[in-house]
Amino acid sequence: MDGMIHPGSDAILQAGPVELAIPETGIANLSRRGLLGSAAGALLLGVMLKGRPARAQGEGLAAAAPRPGTQVPAFLEIRQDGTVRLLSPFVEGGQGIATAMAQIVGEELDVDPARFVVDCAPPGADYLVVNGRRLTGGSYSVRSSYGTMRQLGATARNLMIRAAAARLNLPEAELETENGTVIHRRSNRSLTYAELVEAAWRLPPSEVAALRDPATFRWIGKPVPRIDVRDKSTGRAQYAIDLTVENMLHAAVQHAPRLGQEPASFGNEAAVRAMPGVHSIQRLPGAVAVLADSWWRARRAVETLEVTWNDGQHARALPADFSSAGMLAALRGERGAGSPAEENGDLRAAFAGAAKVIEAEYDAPYLAHAQLEPPSAIARFNEDGTLELWLPNQAPEMFQASAARMAGLEPGKVKIHSPMLGGFFGRHFLYDAAMPYPQAIALARAVGRPVKVLWTREEEFLRDAYRPIGFARFRGAVGADGMPVALHASAVGEGPIGRYFTPDRPVDSSMVEGIAGKPYSIAAKRVDCVKVKQPPVISFWRSVGHSMNDFFYESFLDELADAGGRDPFEMRLAMLSDKPRQATLLRAVAELSGGWKRGPFELDGVRRARGVAMASPFGSEVATIAEVSIGEGEIRVHDLWIAIDPGRAVNPAIIEAQVQSAAAIGLSSSLLEEVTYEGGAPQQRNFDTYSILPPARMPRIHVRIVESGAALGGVGEPGVPGVPPAVANAVAALTGQRIRSLPMSKVRLGA
Amino acid sequence: MLELTINGETRRVEVEGDTPLLWVLRDTLGLTGTKYGCGIAQCGACTVLVDGTAMRSCVTPADSVVGTQVMTIEAVERDPVGAKVVEAWVEKQVAQCGYCQSGQVMAATALLKQTPKPTEDDIAAGMTNLCRCGTYNAIAAALRQASA
Ligand code: FES
Ligand code: FES
Repeated sequence: MDGMIHPGSDAILQAGPVELAIPETGIANLSRRGLLGSAAGALLLGVMLKGRPARAQGEGLAAAAPRPGTQVPAFLEIRQDGTVRLLSPFVEGGQGIATAMAQIVGEELDVDPARFVVDCAPPGADYLVVNGRRLTGGSYSVRSSYGTMRQLGATARNLMIRAAAARLNLPEAELETENGTVIHRRSNRSLTYAELVEAAWRLPPSEVAALRDPATFRWIGKPVPRIDVRDKSTGRAQYAIDLTVENMLHAAVQHAPRLGQEPASFGNEAAVRAMPGVHSIQRLPGAVAVLADSWWRARRAVETLEVTWNDGQHARALPADFSSAGMLAALRGERGAGSPAEENGDLRAAFAGAAKVIEAEYDAPYLAHAQLEPPSAIARFNEDGTLELWLPNQAPEMFQASAARMAGLEPGKVKIHSPMLGGFFGRHFLYDAAMPYPQAIALARAVGRPVKVLWTREEEFLRDAYRPIGFARFRGAVGADGMPVALHASAVGEGPIGRYFTPDRPVDSSMVEGIAGKPYSIAAKRVDCVKVKQPPVISFWRSVGHSMNDFFYESFLDELADAGGRDPFEMRLAMLSDKPRQATLLRAVAELSGGWKRGPFELDGVRRARGVAMASPFGSEVATIAEVSIGEGEIRVHDLWIAIDPGRAVNPAIIEAQVQSAAAIGLSSSLLEEVTYEGGAPQQRNFDTYSILPPARMPRIHVRIVESGAALGGVGEPGVPGVPPAVANAVAALTGQRIRSLPMSKVRLGA
Repeated sequence: MLELTINGETRRVEVEGDTPLLWVLRDTLGLTGTKYGCGIAQCGACTVLVDGTAMRSCVTPADSVVGTQVMTIEAVERDPVGAKVVEAWVEKQVAQCGYCQSGQVMAATALLKQTPKPTEDDIAAGMTNLCRCGTYNAIAAALRQASA
């Protein structure tokens, strides 16, 4: 066990399909245990992760399926107007992946990314470029596909040159390309890709088409403008919620207040049926729907309907007395040892010989994703026996397989459209009872017409799959010199990796990431994973376990610094003496902030202080400094300085935007966000009670990108985890008050 | 039957008078650039201009805008102030997921129509729409540029 570190959820995402495969028996077991459940909406994320290639549609499938990411025509459409349509393996939801894909493919194809139109590809074997699978998540899209997509662009360019060589009867070596055109300089002749594409796509692709020398990159590594900003600034961008199909009915739903209840009877059915535009009232698992000729009429009718709810059979039924406060008390009361996720040195001896020992407990609440686009889905059964679905999703093949099972069809008979997402943050994986598309399928089948289901914000917050509650217990010690010598941490609860991917492993990586695997040298340390099941449907939430665990750990590290009489910044630096990558980053963020100073100090007549924190999420390294003051009992965050080392930068402008965005959601979760359950039902049903960061509380955010040359790390999530502890550490420096429970708005501060 | 003036055109719509303007725009008229986020005037995704003033259309009954000029994001570039705002939004690369941005652009257009040279306080008071992607700093930068 010595020196063992358990991989985080990042490593799970990177694992190949074999590693991730849940054996069939495992699935059966899971199913019996109720994770698969029986209701139409009951789903399991892990089940679809075996990388079983879906059958390619269209192109004749050769006996041996080609390697994903190699069939040029499956990805690229060269249009007569000179634009290029790329079918991307990934879905755009604000993270800039459409632009990144255009940069990477465009660089090798030799077409300006600005001429790209990027859509998310339908299910198909060609697009399984994430270690034989496909999902958009884990800040993993560029990392997993960078080489594949570069090669794809190079292969396509090579086809163009060969087609041109044949057409012009010239040796390939005499031809060059320039932004979508093949050129023969000596004879001053040229052919556009659009003129060549028909012949080019018929040639056998070369396995060894040469890649461009990175020293000559024009777009990769540059702050290329995003290709979708104009459409998104003029209302032209279309999300799932904006789509319609001919002859469709609109559906609005009312869910049972508590998951597991079923509709028993209606009090005013006739009156509701008579409301304008109403087509019918339909029962669904755990919900009722009204179909109407407009969504507003459907909504008004379904909200008018008086429904009596009975206890039902749902596999994830919540007990009538379930509360988040009770859940937290249960976690706090669990004293089992659990399983070690990280272990190093002689803990007992280190504590025995220490100068000072401290203990603390930390917790973080259930959180909603609160992506601004409420979920919707359109289902249409076609005359040719296929089912067509338009729906927000982060993993088309998984949704295809699930929908096929639900509809009793072969997966190849289910067509999935994956529109741009109005934010996601982990929301659009398959979670039990958390998605409208099973309802759309059931309703479309029931009425024999296409149906669009749209959830109100209230229904969305009622059935969102939440970030789990987090709880951690720490015991740490400092030596005579004030430096940490021993650390024992226990993460108690349940995480999405353990629930959906690795139920039989003793350690749930998403429970311990951000506590285990920290870079600091401490002679003796141990991190335990203590599993306690949580009844609600839980989910991935931007930066997953890191979103709370780094808050727990980095806050406690400051407590140790205080116990040892050390400056928290200098102490971290000393603990990183053999970690040049992290030490460099820590120095970088200090420099970015004008030099480390903890405070309290006065600026513009306001007393302020700063806090620092580090995190190692998703293959990147992040160092964060926050400056805060207190006004009217509230925390004011003035500045956040964030240094990120993603190894290399594919698009520095998008990285900076993603870090800003991640910092905002990180701050929002620090200060404001919380879902509480009472009586088995979540209490926050809209933005009036579930607060997210408003513009008035947005700090200045200063970003520095450090390129260490390490392997490519993620950029969408890593900005999150440093913010809560940096703010908490600053607040402690300013007020002497240590916040150990989120959100911080629960605490009234005086200063 | 209501008669509304949307983006300079007269539109007759067959809806209950208390139907929120948002749903008349989106479902009856197919103008889906205006977004639904909360339905209770909290997020601002549904912001449109009614006689030049920013309104949250999710809580604006359709019959209350009879006789007014309603402008939605679909027409924003035809308005000189709106066009300037859009250019600033593109130049400052504001959008991330983009879902809130129709409302942000409309709120900014309304602000600049009323206050061509807004102070930081004016911006804070006029720009209260939520953005889950945290584009607030880029929004403020784009606004400053559009008003320069
Ligand atoms: S949808 Fe109107 S304010 Fe949110
Ligand atoms: S850009 Fe996504 S909500 Fe604002």
